[in-house]
Amino acid sequence: MSKLHVSTTVNGDAVEYLCDPRETLLDCLRDKLNLTGAKEGCGTGDCGACSVTVDGRLVCSCLMLGVEAEGKQIETVEGIAEGDVLHPLQKKMIEYAALQCGICTPGILVAAKSLLEKNPNPTEEETRYWLAGNLCRCTGYDKIIRAVMDTAAEMREAS
Amino acid sequence: MALDDRKSDFTFVGTRPNRPDGLDKVTGRAKFGADISAPGMLHGAVLRSPHAHARIVKIDASRAEAHNDVKAVVTRADFADVPFKPGLEGEFWNVLENVMAGEKALYDGHAVAAVAATSALAARDALKLIEVEYEVLPHVTDVDKAMASDAPIIREGAADYSVPEGMHPNVVRYHESGHGDVEAGFAEADLVIEDSFVTEATHQGYIEPHACLGMLGNDGKGELWCTTQGHWIAQKTCAALLGIETSQLRVTASEIGGGFGGKTTVFIEPVALALSRKANRPVKIVMTRSEVFRATGPTSSASMDVKIGMKTDGTISAAQGVFRLQGGAFPGAPGDMTAMCAFAPYNLTNVKQIGYDVMSNRPKQAAYRAPGAPMGAFAVESVIDELCNKLGLDPVDVRLKNAAHEGTKASYGPTYERIGLVETLEAAKAHPHYAAPLKPGQGRGISCGFWFNHGGETSVSLALSEDGSAQLMVGTPDIGGSRASMALMAAEVLGIAYENIRVTVADTATLGYNDVSHGSRVTYASGLATIKAAKHAVEKLCERAAAKWGIPVDAVKWEDGCAVPSGPNAGDFDPMPLADITADMGSTGGPISGHFEATPEGAGVSFGTHIVDAEVDPETGKTSITRYTVIQDAGKAIHPTYVEGQFQGGAAQGIGWALNEEYIYGEDGRLQNSIFLDYRIPVASDLPMIDTVIVEVPNPGHPFGVRGVGETGIVPPLAAIANAVSNAAGVRMKQLPMSPPRILAALKDNG
Repeated sequence: MSKLHVSTTVNGDAVEYLCDPRETLLDCLRDKLNLTGAKEGCGTGDCGACSVTVDGRLVCSCLMLGVEAEGKQIETVEGIAEGDVLHPLQKKMIEYAALQCGICTPGILVAAKSLLEKNPNPTEEETRYWLAGNLCRCTGYDKIIRAVMDTAAEMREAS
Repeated sequence: MALDDRKSDFTFVGTRPNRPDGLDKVTGRAKFGADISAPGMLHGAVLRSPHAHARIVKIDASRAEAHNDVKAVVTRADFADVPFKPGLEGEFWNVLENVMAGEKALYDGHAVAAVAATSALAARDALKLIEVEYEVLPHVTDVDKAMASDAPIIREGAADYSVPEGMHPNVVRYHESGHGDVEAGFAEADLVIEDSFVTEATHQGYIEPHACLGMLGNDGKGELWCTTQGHWIAQKTCAALLGIETSQLRVTASEIGGGFGGKTTVFIEPVALALSRKANRPVKIVMTRSEVFRATGPTSSASMDVKIGMKTDGTISAAQGVFRLQGGAFPGAPGDMTAMCAFAPYNLTNVKQIGYDVMSNRPKQAAYRAPGAPMGAFAVESVIDELCNKLGLDPVDVRLKNAAHEGTKASYGPTYERIGLVETLEAAKAHPHYAAPLKPGQGRGISCGFWFNHGGETSVSLALSEDGSAQLMVGTPDIGGSRASMALMAAEVLGIAYENIRVTVADTATLGYNDVSHGSRVTYASGLATIKAAKHAVEKLCERAAAKWGIPVDAVKWEDGCAVPSGPNAGDFDPMPLADITADMGSTGGPISGHFEATPEGAGVSFGTHIVDAEVDPETGKTSITRYTVIQDAGKAIHPTYVEGQFQGGAAQGIGWALNEEYIYGEDGRLQNSIFLDYRIPVASDLPMIDTVIVEVPNPGHPFGVRGVGETGIVPPLAAIANAVSNAAGVRMKQLPMSPPRILAALKDNG
């Protein structure tokens, strides 16, 4: 099967790749652009480890085809920090020990950042439901929820 | 190590610094199993049996082999052709049979062939070109049915010496232990309750699927990168299965995206190496989630009978349990562990336990966090709860009355050293949660739990740098923040800052053998070895200082990161900091390193007590966990935040096991729920915050008092939640998971 040419923007950089029409956006990010921060935990949109934003919308990149990225703005975990300055969510995740193995962390960070952009003051329940699509098997979510809510509080204070 | 030699006053241990790999993990740059590639790399894919039990009549791979994108195809014949090391038997043989089927496919998902092709898509496509002719055989997936006389035989001759005569060949191991006279004990009881319980198989559910990159030449030298809990066992097993020398295969452990016991063996690794040897190119294999569910893990399912006698004052006069576990198509179900752990929290005069290891047409079970213990605790602690209810006794008081303590002869044989069960129960009783009022429709449950903990073969090496920093090489993959705790323990001994210690998980070529990251052993055993390796380096630092001062080495001691004279008679010298000694170590005797290799045997058993509140909706049968408190003895918490994390994670997995998770097999013997949508693990909105209390009763077998904390946290939840749900619903729940349909059925049966 012949490959298709795709031009898109990832974390602000213009990129191009050739992909099989069956390859997912996640495959293209990982295998063609070498952005391996997004993980494939399930390939069926159930675990959220592959979370990215496409034109500002939170999606599972395993459920989107690589060709559908044409002309879009993609943001991944690799784009969350600005240079050597970590996003407050990244700092809090470390500080709260909100990760054990860390495989879900990229997806949690992308999803949590998306939450705080839409709702700077989420309740615990809102945070839990927003992150319900991001599976973590290690932590029981306790420290993740606390880290996200504390980040929200800190960002509200700073703004 | 003697108790009085144990350190109890700490500078670094017990603090909560950021983990050293934090930055890598929050920026996406940490390299997990699937995050690597190699020049010239091929992609592998595995063809799996669609049948639960079938004779493999013929495999025709000629069409796949003829395809231009396909560079190698392997079946069992390719493994059988290699000159196996003598003695490929026992567990090595089982693993070979599991990673590539021989004469029969033994479960839905069993590997039968594999291809390496130029892309992942091409590999997947090529599987469709392989034709396998099966002769479908009768199958069995249920443990009780697998023991029945008419059950299909999975494999003749798999049973060992322990199995009593007359049992079905699917019963492959038998365990019996205990002490006293249970019949006499039951006769003394004021109330005896006997009941049967069932738990379903659950998967470890790590979010990272198995992944590896293997390269093997026909010179017998190879490299393997894989996500694993133990790369030395991967090295040893792959080398055996491929007929090469162990030392010629260098294995590097990737960052690991969860394991919980499920990554303590190999699945795709020998297959990737076999494909690589045939194609003479590196081969990467990454499992799909469906492959993970169908062909790795899970834990055993269990069918259990428990009988306990109690006096009106709460004293347990006798306890007896029979635990039947199926572990898939191979020996290994931990029926012995279930039996040994079931009554371990209690000081019993009369106790007897029997465990069965039974084979069925399911995937080969793998360890899952305190393997075998949670099921037994579910059955035993449910009966104790029922006895407390019937006799009108407080469930914590009853457990305190019967609790094991130092000097108790354990139900499984040995006599306990210093243990902390009583302390966890006292903490439970004093916790505000235990006295908090319940709302209508809610119930409270408590349970104790026990796990052995493990030492295991351990090697650690520590090297000092000229600038006074230290690099520490451990061999236990960091599965939950262990690099932080290792650095804290090394800092404590060396007296240099936590940040000045770089901890690396070394590959198999750069350190001696290390047992797997399992058995809650990492902070205990690698920690002990780290402490000893650091002390070894400190001895050398003191020697150098003594030489510089011109005094005997026994006149020098180490204090706060400096060599100092051991007393006024040793001489009057200013403290000599570590960095001053390392600065010119090249000319004062050479590099300064410390190491330690041993099999530490003082792991120290572990106990916990959980308190759970559950609310049951009588309309839908849905259960909500409204409050959860974990209390567990950590011996000494090196990094308390990560200890809390282990407690919380164990509880969350237990909640999934108790309420939701199960392997569902159809009549055809095929797994029906092999994706996360259908095998639903707890999500953030399912759970409350999980409160923790760290009890510290030092382990006499560790220099800082550490007890492993990883596994015990999953032992009490099944029972504690079942007790809470039973008390909320007013009906005893005897089968897990307590899914809404089961709760509705139980409510209906109860009228």
